[in-house]
Amino acid sequence: MAASSTLHTASVSDLLAWLDQGKCTSEEAVSDLLAAIRRRDGTLQGYLDVNEEDALAQAKAADAARAKGDSRRLLGVPVAVKDVLNVKGQPCGCGSRILEGYVAPYDATAIARLRAEGAVFVGRTNMDEFAMGSTTENSAYHPTRNPWNLDCVPGGSSGGSAAVVAADEALAALGSDTGGSIRQPASFCGCVGLKPSYGRISRYGLTAFASSLDQIGPMTKTVRDAALLLQVMAGHDPSDSSSLDAAVPDYLAALKSDLSGVKLGLPREYFVGGVDADVEARVQEAIGVCRKLGAKVVNVSLPHTRYAIGVYYIIATAEASANLARFDGVRYGRRAAGAGDPIELYKRTREEGFGAEVKRRIILGTYVLSSGYHDAYYLRAQKVRTLIRGDFDAAFEQCDAILTPVAPMPAYRIGEKSADPLQMYLGDVFTVPVNLAGLCGMSVPCGFTSGRLPVGLQIMGPALGEEAVLRAGYAYEQATDWRSARPPLPGQS
Amino acid sequence: MTETKPAAQPAIDVRYVANLARLDLSDAEVNEFQSQLASIVEYFDQIRGLDVESVEPTAHAAVIQNVFREDVIRPSLSRDEALANAPEHRTELFCVPKIME
Repeated sequence: MAASSTLHTASVSDLLAWLDQGKCTSEEAVSDLLAAIRRRDGTLQGYLDVNEEDALAQAKAADAARAKGDSRRLLGVPVAVKDVLNVKGQPCGCGSRILEGYVAPYDATAIARLRAEGAVFVGRTNMDEFAMGSTTENSAYHPTRNPWNLDCVPGGSSGGSAAVVAADEALAALGSDTGGSIRQPASFCGCVGLKPSYGRISRYGLTAFASSLDQIGPMTKTVRDAALLLQVMAGHDPSDSSSLDAAVPDYLAALKSDLSGVKLGLPREYFVGGVDADVEARVQEAIGVCRKLGAKVVNVSLPHTRYAIGVYYIIATAEASANLARFDGVRYGRRAAGAGDPIELYKRTREEGFGAEVKRRIILGTYVLSSGYHDAYYLRAQKVRTLIRGDFDAAFEQCDAILTPVAPMPAYRIGEKSADPLQMYLGDVFTVPVNLAGLCGMSVPCGFTSGRLPVGLQIMGPALGEEAVLRAGYAYEQATDWRSARPPLPGQS
Repeated sequence: MTETKPAAQPAIDVRYVANLARLDLSDAEVNEFQSQLASIVEYFDQIRGLDVESVEPTAHAAVIQNVFREDVIRPSLSRDEALANAPEHRTELFCVPKIME
């Protein structure tokens, strides 16, 4: 086992083994993690809020329970939570000024399931406001830096969660993914990020951005840890009628170190140029590793890929404009002072409370749903969504999982794309199709650019096909050693 | 295709739509958003070249319909808990500015 001053560098699985063997306590692990956060997060700014006293109290309670024979699956394991999930008694601000002062009155189902297995909640991580963005620059509070290059963005919208996991300021974190918000920051920061299939994890208590696309998922140091957290959170929940009433398989049993008998598809539309040369090279090398592990690699086609960004931004903004109507200064959050009537109250509260990107998306979504435009944009986008789903149905008849880059580029500089929203949207080209089709997808670290920025391999699977994705990701991870690389941070031990 | 092409010029009137969304905007925001959103809407127009006449729309990726439960009372937030986050409330009520003269 590592010395107690390096417990924060452990994976969840490592820590569980050490706790089980009595080699350390949860209190020691959480203390060491909090020390790492104190050393580094002033620079990284991945957290919005860390509850030291509360986290230590949870850890002590876990140790006391373990001493009495309690062996729950995550007993004493610290987890960081994106600011979009309700954790009872803690603020849940969604990175927005409009939810300043809001305290969650209940646990999201995903949180309740982790809590029931003994997880310790350490703090809330930074995010783009209401999960709208690809860089975490849209947080109303502060940007988060990429641990591999402090001048670069960590990706988004779950950029805080990705950064703290990659920098050993968290053993694991939760994110949410509407169009790539788990996978893209995982790729930019060099951690594992799993977006489960639509409906696999209950969305109850996840503040809604786009209800037909949102999904909660784990961000971890290893594929095994992602499988473990998924195992705990997955399954039907009567409080979310869109959660799937399907059996939850044994995800840890799906982890195998070879890929014999596995067919992996390469969609030709994802390998057509426009991708950073280093990113393309790392992904091609990863495909070679999968071949050596016994996978059969086949070419597939997803012909409607080029429409995905347009379809996604029409549907996601339409749903967001409806979901964000609830922020009106009446029942919770911020209220503008001195409004003379309710309409003025709504308009001024929303003007003061929302940031620029949220306003842009509300306006876009309202526009595509408005009279005269609904059929041309929203209805038409839903029809193209059907074609995109059909592409994947056909592709998954020929393969078990699909390999692609996560993003066309590695992390870029803070401020580089913030003035041009359309350019930022185009970076989501490889991640949004998974959400539109309700599939699962995972980013697994697959090396670095020449400038020492992480690159992620995306593994897509069919709806409820997490076992195939986890198997491919685990075998690839075991055959490589990218997970042992650590960013050169001040205070790194 | 028989779908009519939206006729309004420019493609999007930011101030008009913001009002529909109950959003005040400063003049600076209107100016900034007008060109940004016009170029995004122009990008959206690429999906209009596709023939989707015979395609059914997808509203949700997972096909689940009519999820029912028994109509019985279940535990929920107490009144105090529900009011705790309100910017302004009086004992049992959320307060808003006067609606009628």
